[in-house]
Amino acid sequence: MITDLPLLSFVTFLPLFGVLMILLIRGDKAMVARNARAVALFVTIATFLLSLVLWVLFDPTTADFQFVEEAEWLMGGIEYRMGVDGISLLFVILTTFLMPFCILASWKSITDRVQDFMIAFLLLETLMIGVFCSLDLVLFYLFFEGGLIPMYLIIGVWGGARKVYASFKFFLYTLAGSVLMLLALIAMYLEAGTTSIPALMSYGFDADLQTWFWLAFFASFAVKMPMWPVHTWLPDAHVEAPTAGSVILAGVLLKMGGYGFLRFSLPMFPIASELFAPMVFTLSVVAIIYTSLVALRQEDMKKLIAYSSVAHMGFVTIGLFVFNQQGIEGSIFQMLSHGIVSGALFLCVGVIYDRMHTREIDRYGGLVNRMPSYALVFMIFTMASIGLPGTSGFVGELLILVGVFKVNTLVAALATTGLVLGAAYMLWLYRRVIFGELVKEDLMDILDLDKREVALFAPLILVVLWMGIYPEPILNVLHVSVENLVTHMETALNAHHNIGAIAMEGAR
Amino acid sequence: MYFAIVFLPLIAAIIAGFGGRWLGDRGAQLVTCIAVVISALLSIYAFTQIGLGHQTVHVELLTWVSSGSFDVNWALKIDTLTVVMLVVVNGVSSLVHIYSIGYMSHDPAKPRFMAYLSLFTFAMLMLVTADNFVQMFFGWEGVGLASYLLIGFWYKKPAANAAAIKAFLVNRVGDFGFMLGILAIFLTFGVMDFETVFATASDHTGETFEFLGYQVDVLTTITMLLFIGAMGKSAQLGLHTWLPDAMEGPTPVSALIHAATMVTAGVFMVARCSPLFELAPFTLDVVIFVGASTAIFAATVGLVQNDIKRVIAYSTCSQLGYMFFALGVSAYGAAIFHLFTHAFFKALLFLGSGSVIHGMSDEQDMRKMGGIWRHMKGTYALMWIGSLALIGIFPFAGYFSKDMILESAYAAGEGMGEYAFAMGIIAAFMTAFYSGRLIFMTFHGKPRASEEVMSHVHESPKIMMIPLIILAIGAVIAGFVFYEYFVGHDYDAFWGEALFVAGDNILDAAHHVPAWVKYLPLVMGAAGLGLSWFFYIRRPDIPKALAETNGPIYRFLLNKWYFDELYDLIFVRPAKWIGYQFWKIGDGRIIDGLGPDGVSGAIAWVAGKARLMHTGYLYHYAFAMLIGVVALLTWYGVRIGDVQ
Repeated sequence: MITDLPLLSFVTFLPLFGVLMILLIRGDKAMVARNARAVALFVTIATFLLSLVLWVLFDPTTADFQFVEEAEWLMGGIEYRMGVDGISLLFVILTTFLMPFCILASWKSITDRVQDFMIAFLLLETLMIGVFCSLDLVLFYLFFEGGLIPMYLIIGVWGGARKVYASFKFFLYTLAGSVLMLLALIAMYLEAGTTSIPALMSYGFDADLQTWFWLAFFASFAVKMPMWPVHTWLPDAHVEAPTAGSVILAGVLLKMGGYGFLRFSLPMFPIASELFAPMVFTLSVVAIIYTSLVALRQEDMKKLIAYSSVAHMGFVTIGLFVFNQQGIEGSIFQMLSHGIVSGALFLCVGVIYDRMHTREIDRYGGLVNRMPSYALVFMIFTMASIGLPGTSGFVGELLILVGVFKVNTLVAALATTGLVLGAAYMLWLYRRVIFGELVKEDLMDILDLDKREVALFAPLILVVLWMGIYPEPILNVLHVSVENLVTHMETALNAHHNIGAIAMEGAR
Repeated sequence: MYFAIVFLPLIAAIIAGFGGRWLGDRGAQLVTCIAVVISALLSIYAFTQIGLGHQTVHVELLTWVSSGSFDVNWALKIDTLTVVMLVVVNGVSSLVHIYSIGYMSHDPAKPRFMAYLSLFTFAMLMLVTADNFVQMFFGWEGVGLASYLLIGFWYKKPAANAAAIKAFLVNRVGDFGFMLGILAIFLTFGVMDFETVFATASDHTGETFEFLGYQVDVLTTITMLLFIGAMGKSAQLGLHTWLPDAMEGPTPVSALIHAATMVTAGVFMVARCSPLFELAPFTLDVVIFVGASTAIFAATVGLVQNDIKRVIAYSTCSQLGYMFFALGVSAYGAAIFHLFTHAFFKALLFLGSGSVIHGMSDEQDMRKMGGIWRHMKGTYALMWIGSLALIGIFPFAGYFSKDMILESAYAAGEGMGEYAFAMGIIAAFMTAFYSGRLIFMTFHGKPRASEEVMSHVHESPKIMMIPLIILAIGAVIAGFVFYEYFVGHDYDAFWGEALFVAGDNILDAAHHVPAWVKYLPLVMGAAGLGLSWFFYIRRPDIPKALAETNGPIYRFLLNKWYFDELYDLIFVRPAKWIGYQFWKIGDGRIIDGLGPDGVSGAIAWVAGKARLMHTGYLYHYAFAMLIGVVALLTWYGVRIGDVQ
């Protein structure tokens, strides 16, 4: 039986196998570079196809973890435990789907230390998939933190002019978060006596402990999302990262924060989650309005898209903390959609950056005159970014708003202003870059998309439209797992409120 | 068949848009025109089946979004209201498609233009055939996108780009309301499809819920929110500022989108939701007030504009106001009737002015026209027909529909009804005046254009004239042919369940108003026309003198009541300023200053002391990681020790 094979491990470690192959490449520099690219592309595509097998075999009628693998590890000290449910499966697919695009995007733009670059990316892929598949605290932590190292190197080695500052900022923020998370992990083990995530999900921590654990995890996940006011590392990191780095940063790494909330904060600390929900709403609403206004004034294309990411993630955190099916499914969908759309937008920036070596908006203008295909592609992703119905961006936003409106109409109304502001900064960006007369001397002979770039964007466009018009196959994977999570939380919260009520009765 | 009506234009748009390079200009024009014409013919057939044959059709297509109890499908709902819109949309669209072949003959990007037009048509069809609120929102935003693309079609013009963005954003402000309305509907009804919502609407009368911290009536709130959406799309007072600017787009676009179809989407939406609005009397009063105020506001501005297209744009805005106050007094049939006749004569006026602009080498300023009627007699005659229909002279189409609206307003009686009637009558006078002014300034008097332009003035080719003639026929006969169906004896049989009125139908009362009410609009129209003749033919010195002696009023009107300046001052500039402050001070000085930069300053200081700077941050991080791993492993070592 195919299901008896350790499929998850195959998917997770296939990229590592690619690393091995790249390490074995010998020859002159150009040859090594060429082969390294080819191997990386081949391996990432193979990983994607293999992950599709998971999707096909996945049983969406149960909330249980599937493809579970368990093994003793490190002298029996740590359990190697892997598995996916409806929530994590889609993040795995998102990761494997985006990876070949990153390799393709770096095809020509990375010429320095190609072999190392490809190794870093493949290693990163393994670690990212591992985060979404691991069912053990320690394993999760290793993947979660380990993933930062290749990302850190990608920015630090292949980054732009201020790469040191950017990677330092990235480091400082994430370090602060992860130290606290590590402490919480250890304390959780002390308390529950297990590191198994499924066991911890049903453990039921004390309300007081939940508060502390929740805050510790929040420190880490809020930085990752990133939420306001710990978002300032993101624009710098994006600006300095190479295109492929930005794609993965926006596409997958930011989603680890959201995934963390779903896997830890909500199911393990439901009482604390409820307690802190108003704070999360406040920070998220501030994020949406504040960063949208900031995005309006950006002069650097990547910074603008980075700020828009913060605003979009504001929607996600709101949706997660309304604790109902529409809100959470909407948030997950929004994360998947944003992963693809913002990734594609960064690829769009990369296209003209490769030609002109500047991201400054004022250096462009009138590109549509020379690059009609590019203008079309950019338009489609702009529309997806501002959530036009029929694109993937709309479905997530709609579900989130439906979920929030049930809980708090004020938050819903304030979040909805993002619809207007988001359109403002994106259309303004588009106008300055694409429309107008082509007057700048150095743009006169800029070339439209070549075949490689068309091949890069075509599948992304199809996926964005498919997710916007017929999202059912994706939502269907989520339904049961999310329903289970919501019920689990409701039970826990009801129990908690009942105890409180009984205590009140007793006091009387 | 219904599937074909809606999706043929989409298929044509895709073929022309992506295959334009291989098809060539002629191919793209043929594909889109044929598709939309077929769609239009099928629509007329559908009109006879549904509207005259009294039935309703429902076509399920596909699941769209489902999550828990939230469940929305792609589905088509075809009732009388829909088929009326199908005829309007596809009828005007097919004529505009054909007209564009001639009008855009000098433009290098014909396939793109045709693809956009067809794409717009598809989105508009999705809007009018929607069977639930979310799908309607899809069409709603889709037409917004198409409008944005078409206004900005000449992307080299900065004014066109600015107008396109403005149109999209102002519409989004309206959509903000629409979206919240959708959310409130789901919260209240638990479903999104029209049928269930309308059927159970009366169960929720008097219910309240908490909205933005206030306890408010559910149905009133829902309808108010939906109406904000309608105001944006239909350019009602406050959210109207985008429509005049939208005239930067090519003229066929103005005729199709900004006169006949898209801007009437708000009217359609309110009519579609009549079962909800009928249960919210407060909202209906607001609708009347906004509609009547828009009618008079836009008419006053229209009096003094000099750009031929802007005059017609303000006229559209004003006529939409009429439709809205008709909706507000529950005369839904009259509102849709006016929408229907307006589509013919306003599209005719726009395309006719396009013919003038085309003939005058792209001149739009009426001050530089004059004396050209001899050179383009066909266009001249057609413009007269359109204007007479707009003014509401018997027996042209506008006479029937506008009178019905004003009679309904009168019948609605005290309070808002009187306000609407008074504003409507005054606006009718102004309508006649600016329509006459447009004709006289454009076609009569001494030529004010340069000799070079005058020597080129020519009648437009047949491909442009034939659509105009068809529209003109509509502008003449649409009134009396359809009167009985829309607002007369056959009302009930024709509309069926499509329109809902609580209590007695206001149209019955409207048929029995005093005689002076019935004749007053006609008198006003004739008087306005007469005055414009006196001003612009007989004594052309008077308008100039009036403008000089009443400077402030003139400038106030010429500058459109300073709405743009006001919005710039209270929305646009503050947003930019705040954005900048948040960026530089919020992010820069406060967050980074106290956060990473502050910490790095401290670290650098410490590190400097310890002479560790040169090791670089990467190693710090790797080191920290290592400590983490070591700590963990140590911990497990301890644990294993414990177990053993």
